[in-house]
Amino acid sequence: MISVSMTVNGKAVSAKIDPRTLLVQFLRENLLLTGTHVGCDTSQCGACVVHVDGKAIKSCTTLAATCDGASVVTIEGLAHDGVLHPMQEAFRENHGLQCGFCTPGMIMSAIDIVNRKGHDLDEHTIREELEGNICRCTGYHNIVKSVAAGAHAMAGSK
Amino acid sequence: MYAFAYQRPTTVRQVQSALGKHEDAKILAGGQTLLPTMKQRLASPSAVIDLGHVAGLSGIEKKGRNIVIGAMARHAEVATSEVVREAIPALAALAGGIGDPAVRNRGTIGGSVANNDPSADYPAALLALGATIVTNKRKIAADDFFQGMFTTALEEGEIITKVSFPVPAKAAYVKFPNPASRYAMVGVFVSKKGSDVKVAVTGASNEGVFRAAGLEAALKGKFNPKAVEGVAVDGSNFIADIHGSADYRANLVSVMTKRAVTKALGK
Repeated sequence: MISVSMTVNGKAVSAKIDPRTLLVQFLRENLLLTGTHVGCDTSQCGACVVHVDGKAIKSCTTLAATCDGASVVTIEGLAHDGVLHPMQEAFRENHGLQCGFCTPGMIMSAIDIVNRKGHDLDEHTIREELEGNICRCTGYHNIVKSVAAGAHAMAGSK
Repeated sequence: MYAFAYQRPTTVRQVQSALGKHEDAKILAGGQTLLPTMKQRLASPSAVIDLGHVAGLSGIEKKGRNIVIGAMARHAEVATSEVVREAIPALAALAGGIGDPAVRNRGTIGGSVANNDPSADYPAALLALGATIVTNKRKIAADDFFQGMFTTALEEGEIITKVSFPVPAKAAYVKFPNPASRYAMVGVFVSKKGSDVKVAVTGASNEGVFRAAGLEAALKGKFNPKAVEGVAVDGSNFIADIHGSADYRANLVSVMTKRAVTKALGK
């Protein structure tokens, strides 16, 4: 067992873990933050995307041990005082989900896209940038709409 | 994933000594290949040595006529680096086309080069740009480094610390991604510097990345997409699978080379 300490959604956490614990297992099983999903478990689908030190990564393909000292944000860390994050609100407004399984990863990736590419995102950019997130329900149309709307809303909420 | 001992050294020397202490130890850089391989139990190292905290492996800088990239530079860093974009835009574009954005935030140039996956993008860039791989022991020319699928010149206890790229006059990389996996079914990197032309092909061969001598000779005569026409590409040792036959891949090599030359010419 090894000890890890990190900040998750603003709270300091530490634990003794088996070195082979994946970040997604640590979040779901140790911290009971089950909003981060395991879809494919082979780094294709993006349901497990979280932010580590401000960057979107696939938590099913990252050891928790390598995140020692890092700051992690999950889908649970976005809403504040019962108010949804603008990107979450945009997905709700635009019906950007059907079953919702891919949504946490979509939203974490979407916020990362805005952080890197700004608030004015065209459809082509959004579709290219969502390459690592797979949805099997909606056909992406409303997801793309949601990301564009969320990106604009994030500019207003600053 | 099978159990392993986890090590977090802070110097290259400590990495080397950790490698000496554990039989079957594996180095963890970005983990985007190693971890999936371990999860599938195709690899079961006794120890995993994390390079994440090792000093001296990061950074991207211009040194004279070379761009020097630290082994732990993430694909996203190379893709967005002003230094790389200005000097070798083809290399920045290649890094920006690996995997997907989340994978690019973790995956590293050192990891990709050391793994030498037959469909990886970076090995083609290193070969076609005549890069030098710098390790804790020596400097290795790209031509000597890649020795066939998943095989490199790296010896026991040898760690890549950086990769140095001479700046070309013209260069471009074009790949034909598999429609499902998005790995290159064929990727071609071309570069021109003075009268020298290099063409490196990834994804196609059972032998891994290679330089296409016939195409290079034709393009040295005239650096023009037309020069590629009529040059035979020997596909006898090419990968043949459900995604495409060897002949199909051989044809893709010609087509991707033409496109890469066109792109390198800025057309």
